Amino acid sequence: MKAMRILVIEDDVEAANYLVKAFREEGHVADHAADGIDGYAAARDGDYDVLVVDRMLPKMDGLTLIAGLRTQKIETPVLILSALGQVDDRVKGLRAGSDDYLPKPYAFSELLARVEVLARRKSSGSGEETHYRVGDLELDRLSHKLTRSGKEIIVQPREFRLLEYLMKHAGQVVTRTMLLENVWDYHFDPQTNVIDVHISRLRAKIDKGREAPLLHTVRGAGYMIRDSAR
Amino acid sequence: MTALGKLFRTTVFKLSLAYLCTFAIGAGLVLGGVGWNVKKLLDEQIAQTIDADIRGLSEQYSEGGIRQLVEVIQRRTRQPSASLYLVTNYAGVTVAGNVASLPEQLVGKRDLVEVSYQRAGEETPRHRALARVFVLPGSFRLLVGHDIEDRETLRNILGRALITSLFWLVLIGTLGGAFVARRVLKRVDAISDSARAIMTGDLTKRLPLAGTGDELDRLAASVNVMLERITALMAGLKEVSDNIAHDLKTPLTRLRMDAEQALRARSSPEEQRAALEKIIEESDSLIRIFNALLMIARAEAGTQPEGMSEFDVSEIARDVGELYDALAEEREVKLIVSAEEPMMIHGNRELIGQALANLIDNALKYGVSESSDHDSRAVTLEARRNGESAELVVADRGVGIMPADRARVVDRFVRLENSRTRPGSGLGLSLAAAVAHLHGGELRLEDNAPGLRVVISLPLSHAAPVRQPASQLIRPPPDLRKAS
Repeated sequence: MKAMRILVIEDDVEAANYLVKAFREEGHVADHAADGIDGYAAARDGDYDVLVVDRMLPKMDGLTLIAGLRTQKIETPVLILSALGQVDDRVKGLRAGSDDYLPKPYAFSELLARVEVLARRKSSGSGEETHYRVGDLELDRLSHKLTRSGKEIIVQPREFRLLEYLMKHAGQVVTRTMLLENVWDYHFDPQTNVIDVHISRLRAKIDKGREAPLLHTVRGAGYMIRDSAR
Repeated sequence: MTALGKLFRTTVFKLSLAYLCTFAIGAGLVLGGVGWNVKKLLDEQIAQTIDADIRGLSEQYSEGGIRQLVEVIQRRTRQPSASLYLVTNYAGVTVAGNVASLPEQLVGKRDLVEVSYQRAGEETPRHRALARVFVLPGSFRLLVGHDIEDRETLRNILGRALITSLFWLVLIGTLGGAFVARRVLKRVDAISDSARAIMTGDLTKRLPLAGTGDELDRLAASVNVMLERITALMAGLKEVSDNIAHDLKTPLTRLRMDAEQALRARSSPEEQRAALEKIIEESDSLIRIFNALLMIARAEAGTQPEGMSEFDVSEIARDVGELYDALAEEREVKLIVSAEEPMMIHGNRELIGQALANLIDNALKYGVSESSDHDSRAVTLEARRNGESAELVVADRGVGIMPADRARVVDRFVRLENSRTRPGSGLGLSLAAAVAHLHGGELRLEDNAPGLRVVISLPLSHAAPVRQPASQLIRPPPDLRKAS
């Protein structure tokens, strides 16, 4: 995907340097602000695709910063990083106007996947498509029909939603927690990798016996649906 | 501060003092008022008597002239305790009467005047009297007076009564106030002494109760309940830190070994990569343990998280059942979900979901025997109504848990012997129990004969009282409530 402009607002310099470096290695443009005031000014004036904001910042805390941006009608997608990680922390973060939330410590692959999804949402607008196509796999949201090479595949409702989410973010890495959050609408820790089992069931239905598989496992990160032929 | 100074500073003493002053002023006003009224009444009576006398005597004078007047006066003055009479002629010479001379204050006056006088032919000291002079035709002056010694005596008695009663009032009031204050002070001191002992670290001490059930007792009892709660929380905290020390060192040691492995000089890049991946895996599992511990601690502290809402537990049961369905199928276990009836509860959807996920995960991990017997490879998840409670029941057909171990397995990090070799942190049941308690419910372990049946019982929302955050503070901890 095309390069994103990312602003990291984080007071831990070491963590921020690591994030900026890692985002740049992924081919994105990343800047850093070390406190709430600087971060607010940079977020307001710079044309960023995504803001990665620490919950607790010197001078102005993360939630105040986001609320301030939203009242200024600056709708840049925001992902909150929080060391609190409590059950109600997410609720507070989302209420303040953030778009996503990641408790510390996090895997960079998880952060990257979420940031890419947020940036894509910004560029594509909020309009939901009714028809998705990846290679010869077609999914129609209105008729609830799934076909591959024109042949209908019967899946359970949840599998349909799982595939729908993957296809909506085709070409992007989708992590297991993102799937649990968006397909099942839960944020808890499922102990065992239950998502993997659902994916392998789904894979058996759409990819089994095909030369060109569409549903790929991205090692150490999650899953991606992509037309490998192209 | 001296003991006396302390006494004077007590609220009880200050209150007694204020009451004392009020009563003293009140008594003074009453006695003063009575005295003044009595004096007024007596004065009026005297004035009336004098006027009547003057009228009678002037009639005598107009009837029989000065001779008859003198006669009447001489007769009257012979009687004991007679009024005062004096008749003088135009030159001021005494004609008749029992008063030595006309007091100077009365010369030229016609009103009733208080004067001092001396009886005729007596050496006694001068007395006080109320008197009036009436001028008769022929320039005779008639004085009629009345001794007021009685009135003065009454006034003195009243004055002394006032002073005496004030003296006793102040004395008894002060002593009483001091006595009550001392009693209260003693108990307050006992309470503060105990409180100080508790503050210095002896949390087993409790505030003394007098058993009277008064305000101080009630206060002390409330503080004791609070201490009970604090002790329970501290014990929980200590347990957590002990457990953390014990159970987190093991994965940390493994983590460190993996890192050393990666750094070893002769390891290949592939080996290094594998070791690093293992390190990430190990740290992820450590993070999970931390998160679970934090969640348990928060739930056990009883602070209500945000994001409480009304929701249907049956729906959660179906959701979580469906989430684990694929996993069960992969492990060739039949997961039977029956949750049709909608049951609304007030709570945190994520926490309930997590608790249920833990139970199903446990059942799939430990509740399935190795045999390929079809019947034993089944786990049931049921959401059912039981009176005013919604029950989430997860049952397996595995080896179960011995009754003796059932209370223990809910504790943090407890893992029974036969599960030690399998993955897990020993926190799943603890978290489920803490979540149940947080929602005002409970977690029960039952015999499924064979197998284990875990029941999370939660109050249905229409039956659940609306709990205010304030009342949350004095709510006894779940374990105390169970004991009472």
